[in-house]
Amino acid sequence: MCLAVPGRIIEIDGQTAKVDFGGITREANVMLIEDASVGEYVLIHAGFAIQRLNAEEAEETLRLFGELARALEEEDERKK
Amino acid sequence: MSTFFDHEAFRSEPEATALVSRIHELLREKLKGEPVSLMEVCGTHTVAISRAGIRSLMPGGLKLLSGPGCPVCVTPLAEIDRAIAASRLQGVILTTFGDMMRVPGSESTLEREKAEGADVRILYGPLQAIEIAEENPESQVVFVGVGFETTSPTIAATVVEAARRGVTNLSVFPFFKTVPRALDMLARVPGRPLDGYICPGHVSAIIGSGAYEPTATEHNIPCVVTGFEPLDILAGIVMLLEQVAIVRAGGRAKVETQYSRAVTREGNPAALAIIADVFEECDAEWREIGVIPMSGHEFSERYRSFDARDRIDVEVPKSAGPSGCICGEIMLGQKTPTDCPLFAGRCTPREAVGPCMVSTEGACAAFYKYDRQTTEAP
Repeated sequence: MCLAVPGRIIEIDGQTAKVDFGGITREANVMLIEDASVGEYVLIHAGFAIQRLNAEEAEETLRLFGELARALEEEDERKK
Repeated sequence: MSTFFDHEAFRSEPEATALVSRIHELLREKLKGEPVSLMEVCGTHTVAISRAGIRSLMPGGLKLLSGPGCPVCVTPLAEIDRAIAASRLQGVILTTFGDMMRVPGSESTLEREKAEGADVRILYGPLQAIEIAEENPESQVVFVGVGFETTSPTIAATVVEAARRGVTNLSVFPFFKTVPRALDMLARVPGRPLDGYICPGHVSAIIGSGAYEPTATEHNIPCVVTGFEPLDILAGIVMLLEQVAIVRAGGRAKVETQYSRAVTREGNPAALAIIADVFEECDAEWREIGVIPMSGHEFSERYRSFDARDRIDVEVPKSAGPSGCICGEIMLGQKTPTDCPLFAGRCTPREAVGPCMVSTEGACAAFYKYDRQTTEAP
């Protein structure tokens, strides 16, 4: 029930935004996002944008995952 | 392609292997192989953990419990009965999210009422209820307001918009639940160990990770706000195990956020403001669990005219609970679905006895669909 999907705002008209979900476009209401702007990534739930997404934090999370995987590979190499 | 649309990046195998290996190492070395129980309190986590097969990758001593994280599952029978009774009234259009349709009340379901002629409509979002109300001025449109803090601001926003447009034939059953006080209650449940919370990602996107600080401090229980992709969940477990080791060594628990791309400490101020305007906190009954103080939302004085309970006068039959079902103990983390004598026999997703089987996000339904092969003895 708390499923929310990331999308990118591509147009805003009043409270209604056109949101791109990686190729599919749907409308969503942006009244819960203060000063929503075109180009921003948001989480969509039940037809509303419910929070902004932070691209830098997403990259950082992936970078940490990558580091961990590399560390494991190196450890495996050493054990061989 | 944006990171946000590249779901594979959060499901990548080498990273998953590294995280699983780290989990095994933490349990074996820092925690000396002693058992650890972690609980998620979000139906979307329940499904994500089961679908990704995460339980089967965990070391023997690490238990992943499924708490009362499915709003449909914790909606009391009397409230389901009330929605069903409302749907039977002439001139009422009952609107709901699809999850509620098959939930059994004492003697019927919304799905059955619809089949028998009631005007029950499934909505993708609550704003559609305003359109239906405007198109049907002679009818009373009632929305079944079920959900946690992820959903309640969308319904609050709908009510504000309805008031702005002067729509007077729309009302909402306020069956909302809130998470933080439920975590406090769960931390006090005796008879089973609980070492940390996998805190809900999207509830936290609204309320902020700071909302769990009193729980972490008071109960000295680690809380990690976690995302929903397999790597997010594995990383959340790593962060929790690191904290459990600190707590067991005499240290203090805290709130951390793995899902930092969507969750801040403060949450979403606009959504919190609209919740505070439209609702006020109240005690709420959780099905199979009981009343949890300050764990629900009802309408504030200003928006009380939208409360469907005052507008729709229905007799609700005295509700009888399902017999032999252990959903309550499952949601408290005292038992797992496979402990229930009805599981996969008399109780299946097609013929559900308890609420945790009827909702796709219930612990029993997720276990039935994804985990059975890995939990049943060979």
